[in-house]
Amino acid sequence: MTVMEQRGAYRPSPPPAWQPRTDPAPLLPDAEPYRVLGTEAAAKADPDLLRRLYAQLVRGRRYNTQATALTKQGRLAVYPSSTGQEACQVAAALALQERDWLFPSYRDTLAVVARGVDPVEALTLLRGDWHSGYDPHTHRVAPLSTPLATQLPHAVGLAHAARLKGDDVVALALVGDGGTSEGDFHEALNFAAVWQAPVVFLVQNNGFAISVPLAKQTAAPSLAHKAVGYGMPGRLVDGNDAAAVHEVLSDAVRHARAGGGPTLVEAVTYRIDAHTNADDATRYRGDAEIAAWRAHDPIELLEAELTTRALIDAAAVEAARQDAEEMAADLRERMNRDPELDPMALFDHVYAETTAQLREQRALLQAELDAEQEYHGEQEGGAR
Amino acid sequence: MTTVAVKPATMAQALTRALRDAMAADPTVHVMGEDVGALGGVFRVTDGLAKEFGEDRCTDTPLAEAGILGTAVGMAMYGLRPVVEMQFDAFAYPAFEQLISHVSRMRNRTRGRMPLPITVRVPYGGGIGGVEHHSDSSEAYYMATPGLHVVTPATVADAYGLLRQAIASDDPVVFLEPKRLYWAKDSWNPEHPTEVEPIGRAVVRRPGRSATLITYGPSVPVCLEAAEAARAEGWDLEVIDLRSLVPFDDETVCAAVRRTGRAVVVHESTGFGGPGGEIAARITERCFHHLEAPVLRVAGFDLPYPPPMLERHHLPGVDRILDAVARLQWEAEG
Repeated sequence: MTVMEQRGAYRPSPPPAWQPRTDPAPLLPDAEPYRVLGTEAAAKADPDLLRRLYAQLVRGRRYNTQATALTKQGRLAVYPSSTGQEACQVAAALALQERDWLFPSYRDTLAVVARGVDPVEALTLLRGDWHSGYDPHTHRVAPLSTPLATQLPHAVGLAHAARLKGDDVVALALVGDGGTSEGDFHEALNFAAVWQAPVVFLVQNNGFAISVPLAKQTAAPSLAHKAVGYGMPGRLVDGNDAAAVHEVLSDAVRHARAGGGPTLVEAVTYRIDAHTNADDATRYRGDAEIAAWRAHDPIELLEAELTTRALIDAAAVEAARQDAEEMAADLRERMNRDPELDPMALFDHVYAETTAQLREQRALLQAELDAEQEYHGEQEGGAR
Repeated sequence: MTTVAVKPATMAQALTRALRDAMAADPTVHVMGEDVGALGGVFRVTDGLAKEFGEDRCTDTPLAEAGILGTAVGMAMYGLRPVVEMQFDAFAYPAFEQLISHVSRMRNRTRGRMPLPITVRVPYGGGIGGVEHHSDSSEAYYMATPGLHVVTPATVADAYGLLRQAIASDDPVVFLEPKRLYWAKDSWNPEHPTEVEPIGRAVVRRPGRSATLITYGPSVPVCLEAAEAARAEGWDLEVIDLRSLVPFDDETVCAAVRRTGRAVVVHESTGFGGPGGEIAARITERCFHHLEAPVLRVAGFDLPYPPPMLERHHLPGVDRILDAVARLQWEAEG
């Protein structure tokens, strides 16, 4: 006879009741990316909005080709093109109100420019004259973030702070598919959901993290599915359909502003160009794949819709092209001027109050510059 | 004799008082971290703050150091002054990327347009019998990052005064709290806290003529004890408490070394790549002709922080300091 038998039949006590805190069903994304252009939903879209999206797409494409050309002329150290992803970036900027904040990553210059930042200042980081050229407060655009996903918790913190202050401000944070593997992505989404912060995460899934394809990045059914684990809704959208991205993002922004908490949006798109001008994309992908995505071009999709519904004519298309050319010409002209740099400014913004050590180093650099100038002066004097 | 009733207070109590006074004085000050709310922090430094100021101002966050500091960045961008707690020294490492890639350089990156007034409280150092990852001295990592202030109090008055200054600073401050001094008592009047020297200033805790001990944080009381013990040998040791590792007070340190001609740097952190190497180099560059002996370092050994049952062999103690001082004498005679 065992000890248990001596005490009578063993009846384990049942565990305390457990149930999931949220029904996961409404949080799950659709099986197919949401589309508007070429579907019945397009009829409900605001024609003015579609025209504005179109103008920005055309400008964005031209910005990408111009900036890439500037790398070949040595005017930009590097440029990560977003050709093919213009719809995501333009819709991101247009889904926000003026008081909202945008948190871009390094590939999101188009979204930054569409927010109103000077096209040249948006390139300061990539030109190399300073890390962030623009004042983040002017257009409520955080500096372009180079480390992946680290700007996401900033967006959460800012949105949380705004809500604590009673401001109905929303933060929209942009990240790529590769960035979703970073720890900061997880921590940001978790904080946002726990705090019910008014923030929207937009993942631009462009297929590659430099050369690594999505299949090697994640085993999740989709990146939008990740939302469920945090307790926030996930939405899947065709990232080349500007109207669809705008609608989904606008819904998410409205939801956040109304106190409904965060949303994770995955926009399925494709990076037509290489990672940057320094990358050789032929090593990791074939022409057929690129061709298939070229046939699903965000500008052509929207132009076809607008033309079919007679919302624009050839003159309007030409006007958009002309406007983009003027922007490019201005960008080219201003980028071809050498920026005026003051080396002494290196010491100006390390601390609110310069330390004794930095004052010493400042004096050292000043002496070096003076000696340089004196030497050049003597050289010129000798030549005369 | 009339005396103000000045009760003994612990460093932990002074830190709590500093947080409370800062929150009362400035509604933008927010305390956040793991366990800072109902529990009052594992060292009880945030005790009572959530009750007094509400959970929106003293917030229990999810357990995620990068997330704690990363969200604090966004809060600072929107005009708040976050004070984040990292619970233990080695727990702060997941937040290093936020600290180094963003917190330290946001002012610089934005040409001064986006300063981040964040205080990062990090309990650090050994001597409390903590198991692995609970006793690291990580100050050298922070010191190597431009854009951060690195501050560490050794007295109850400094704990209060320096934390108030750190929170009021428009720059990010890594505020290193010597765990082992949390319960060290000193007479201190919380109703009328005395003014202390500003961040960036070192102070002479004990004047002396034979040699200068340069130290900070948990090693300050050890050096004072060593100085007392040294009297028996006829040595009159000076003890300098740095208080702030960044900015560094070259002036006070060099003035002292020029007076005594002999210097020993004492800290718990490793010697190799540790703060002492930098301090010794600065002294040598500036005071070489006043030196009677090489600048010596008494530091923790160059090994991962040892298990608690062996830590007393690792930590710089009075004997090891006195041995170093003896070597200074020998070097002078030799």
